[in-house]
Amino acid sequence: MSRIREAFEKGKAFIPFITCGDPDLETTAAVVRAAVKNGAALVELGIPFSDPTAEGPVIQGANLRALKGGVTTDQIFDLVRDLRQDVEVPLVFMTYANVVFSYGAERFFSLCRETGIDGIILPDLPFEEKEEFLPVSRKYGVDLISLIAPTSENRIAMIAGEAEGFLYIVSSLGVTGTRSEIKTDLKSIVDVVRQNTDLPCAIGFGISTPEQAQNMAAISDGVIVGSAIIKILAAHGKDSAEPVGEYVKAMVEAANQK
Amino acid sequence: MTNEKGRFGIHGGQYIPETLMNAVIELEEAYDHYKKDPEFNRELTELFNEYAGRPSRLYYAEKMTKDLGGAKIYLKREDLNHTGAHKINNVLGQALLAKKMGKTRLIAETGAGQHGVATATAAALLGMECVVFMGEEDTIRQALNVYRMRLLGAEVVPVKTGTATLKDAVSEAMREWTSRIADTHYCLGSVMGPHPFPTIVRDFQAVISKEIKEQLMEKEGKLPDAVIACVGGGSNAIGSFYHFIEDKEVELIGCEAAGRGIDTFETAATVNTGRVGIFHGMKSYFCQDQYGQIAPVYSISAGLDYPGIGPEHAHLHDIGRAKYVPVTDDEAVEAFEYLAKTEGIIPAIESAHAVAYARKLAPAMDKDKIIVITISGRGDKDCAAIARYRGEDIHE
Repeated sequence: MSRIREAFEKGKAFIPFITCGDPDLETTAAVVRAAVKNGAALVELGIPFSDPTAEGPVIQGANLRALKGGVTTDQIFDLVRDLRQDVEVPLVFMTYANVVFSYGAERFFSLCRETGIDGIILPDLPFEEKEEFLPVSRKYGVDLISLIAPTSENRIAMIAGEAEGFLYIVSSLGVTGTRSEIKTDLKSIVDVVRQNTDLPCAIGFGISTPEQAQNMAAISDGVIVGSAIIKILAAHGKDSAEPVGEYVKAMVEAANQK
Repeated sequence: MTNEKGRFGIHGGQYIPETLMNAVIELEEAYDHYKKDPEFNRELTELFNEYAGRPSRLYYAEKMTKDLGGAKIYLKREDLNHTGAHKINNVLGQALLAKKMGKTRLIAETGAGQHGVATATAAALLGMECVVFMGEEDTIRQALNVYRMRLLGAEVVPVKTGTATLKDAVSEAMREWTSRIADTHYCLGSVMGPHPFPTIVRDFQAVISKEIKEQLMEKEGKLPDAVIACVGGGSNAIGSFYHFIEDKEVELIGCEAAGRGIDTFETAATVNTGRVGIFHGMKSYFCQDQYGQIAPVYSISAGLDYPGIGPEHAHLHDIGRAKYVPVTDDEAVEAFEYLAKTEGIIPAIESAHAVAYARKLAPAMDKDKIIVITISGRGDKDCAAIARYRGEDIHE
């Protein structure tokens, strides 16, 4: 069983997203460890990109702060090496196609395997373009994680049928960011996914409160939270490990409440 | 093997969020249907001719020809179109298509404001809602065009993210499209972005080269020896090149904005200084750093101030069918002033990049050779900025 699969076996998975290098890599390392200690089942590590077109203002801000601080892809691989000394949960990258393409897919994915990255999410690499990286990501055993959107409709079966790792279900139209209400009929999307794959599926985009986490976890295998965590980092800077840890703890509990 | 759809050699493709995939598929299907529909084509031709003022003139620049002492120079006068630039060709096509698709709202990005004004114009004409995203920096540089768009009934949203210029306006328009797809068409302004945009925009702009060919055949009874156009994303250039691509004897030259020079960081010359990458929905050449972070680019021209180039141009470069030359701010400003004084035509600062290269090329060619320069737009919008460049402060 893959490490990603295993992460969904111990109850509902809570998956925090953290932009590497916001505000610096030491803080990222401390925040990841705090999240894992408080029950995060899997961690999404963002490699910052100058023009993150799928992100709302909160995560855009984190990307720009990290890049301004001078963080690079090489330093992020070093961070993963450091985390892997004690962190055992699956780690997946979330970045944009050009970051991988420019680094060189071969070099990028071989370093993913060497440092201990389990999967990658590329929001600007839809089903039609996945062959761009799939031969190389498969060669190094890194899962290329597919997204399903509220507009996917007739595409869900096709995407789920060839998916790897887990399915990332986008809760709402638009970009990342907290939302007071999620209106999409996610239950029927999850049903179609389940008919086409036995991979776990997690819901992300717009989730910030324990109540939302509980509702989303009830119809899926896990919840992904980004902007709400980035907001804590923006407010607490280098002292974010403790508040993020407390937040993760509350969200893990909510997600697993019956 | 990567997706073959919408490829120009290795370039192009559809590198966009899943949320937009069904929208671009719907657009592709609608376009494939309507491009063969006689009624659609009749309506579009009528808009081109009766509303936009096509065909645009192919003007023999006799004084410029004599002054440079070489090849005979013709100017393709896209600046004479309604709204003052070639942008209207694409916009009328896309707006009509969107209307047929049942969309009621157009969104667009704009740099210098020409595409935004054209989109606002088409929206007013066809009774559609219109929102234009424009880098905050550009709303200041091009305040007059902001007023024009608002006058035409459009909402102008200043984009504050990133460098607050054209690339950020594109990113923000893409973000807006992912949040509202059902009633909204993204009227992309250049031959860029995900398939099918580079093809759709090219087809609507190809009227430029179709007319050049017919008009020159009538005037000279032959093909031109060179066609020169400025390139940002590259829509007027691909429009000017398209019907000559198979005529191998016609040299195709795109003029990139070199800003302060291709050996400086203050440049927007993508082919000359960029590398292959994936951004804004397409694989093509981009100005970027070693980690693939998109570079902040610079040009005096807000319309060429973009870090990428359309995928078909990238391919024409790869196969050597077209060449892409850098033209600096200084050269463009001199050409701007030169064309005004020599021919009484004030070109857009974007188009002045093409004029500048023609001034170098023409004297080296024989007198029986012919150069066509596409004057993609008029320069009224640039007068204040050029005056400032020359150290003169005028109020718009």
